[in-house]
Amino acid sequence: MTIPTYTSTDIQQWLNDLASDIRDDLAGLQPLIIGIHTGGVWVAEALIQQLGDDFFDAPLGTLNIAFYRDDFTRIGMHPQVTPSDLPFSIEDRHILLVDDVLQSGRTIRAALNELFDYGRPASVSLAVLIDRDERELPLQADFVGQTIEVPEGHQIKLTQADPLALELLQVSLNEDEND
Amino acid sequence: MTKSANNNQLNNNGELRHFLTIEGLRRELLTEIMDRAETFSSVTHQHVKKVPILRGKTIVNLFFENSTRTRTTFELAAKRLSADVVNLNISTSATSKGESLLDTLHNLQAMQCDMFVVRHPESGAAEFIADNVAPHISVINAGDGCHAHPTQAMLDMFTIRRHKGAFPDLRVAIIGDILHSRVARSQIQALSTLGVGEIRVIAPKTLLPSNTSTLGVHVYHDLEAGLKDVDVVITLRLQNERMAGALLPSPREFFSRYGLTNETLAFAASDAIVMHPGPINRGVEISSDVADGPQSVILEQVTHGIPIRMAIMAMTLGSHANQTTET
Repeated sequence: MTIPTYTSTDIQQWLNDLASDIRDDLAGLQPLIIGIHTGGVWVAEALIQQLGDDFFDAPLGTLNIAFYRDDFTRIGMHPQVTPSDLPFSIEDRHILLVDDVLQSGRTIRAALNELFDYGRPASVSLAVLIDRDERELPLQADFVGQTIEVPEGHQIKLTQADPLALELLQVSLNEDEND
Repeated sequence: MTKSANNNQLNNNGELRHFLTIEGLRRELLTEIMDRAETFSSVTHQHVKKVPILRGKTIVNLFFENSTRTRTTFELAAKRLSADVVNLNISTSATSKGESLLDTLHNLQAMQCDMFVVRHPESGAAEFIADNVAPHISVINAGDGCHAHPTQAMLDMFTIRRHKGAFPDLRVAIIGDILHSRVARSQIQALSTLGVGEIRVIAPKTLLPSNTSTLGVHVYHDLEAGLKDVDVVITLRLQNERMAGALLPSPREFFSRYGLTNETLAFAASDAIVMHPGPINRGVEISSDVADGPQSVILEQVTHGIPIRMAIMAMTLGSHANQTTET
């Protein structure tokens, strides 16, 4: 399989698609937007630029799921992390959760658990820039920028916030960091 | 009994497996503990003030000596990490029936516990326990004799950092019963590891250890001279229960010479913070005016005990994960 490359024009197109689907579905709900550290925060910031500050009812919230991961007994503490910061109450609100890459679904499982420790939202939708379609849990995104089949032994990750930049890199096979 | 600087508290990867003493730990590790404590502080903003990181782990608070604050904050820290906690007050338990410390330990290990938080009147007790537990168990020293109280020292450093930022430019004075104070010993080690500019101890000769000159501190016997221009004032509890000989004429005499009052505090920097590890003896080492005054951060120290202990518990138990493939 040839290794695909993606230009900033590609990424911009995915963002446009993502933003347009979100506008169609969530307009009028006064949603709150929450990005998952680190890549998801970058995508959320880009979405706010696209949709305008008024689309969401409050500044961006950020989630750090380090304390909610399912691999503590396997790999211990994660490297230094920025704490979660939700500058609003999520009680009875419509939440748009944003991540960069959806793969196994384990990050989203952790994020949902953490979110519910902050309150009981009216609904949660998931937006991801890239769907790798390699799910290990029954979780799907509501909004997808682009579905990408990543060659075996490779990992895809955002490397830059503004403008968003992607990197496809080779990893050792037993590493499954990118989910 | 105290094997100093023999770092059996670190695993092969240099991670914290036990937390027994500040001595021998690198500055980066102390900084990491404080940084992680900052992250754990955010848990209190959640409706559910818990994170699931230690779910399914069992932590035993093994207290051979009385404690309210320390035991309670260890218990809350463990619960906020979703661990299960058992509190054992050993003075009223098995050892009074003649069971040896090792037998008690082996019984607790047989109940599949993951961590012992140990307070003991003998110096070196926590290290002895750490040397004798199964490999998957972590031990945290919650105060051993006159030796060390490293989690108290770390919550104090965390409190200082929150108020003063960087350590190198600071002058810190510790007043009172240095001789019997495990808190002071751990604080001095932490302050010097973190590179504090000047560490002073202020005490009568009878309440200073004989090795004071090796601690890297400036000794003052006069309170006003010692307090001049300091940024952080740490008062210590006068430990009546540890004072075997007649080291002091009376608590009142001590207060008149070494008690921190508004008058004596005025010699310190105007923005100096006042700390005390508790429990305070009002009118012995500190006046009520100062303890309850605007410069006092004594209750903040108590609050900070929780995230600091969460960080240390999560780091020590997390260290076992990386070891499984190596042994």
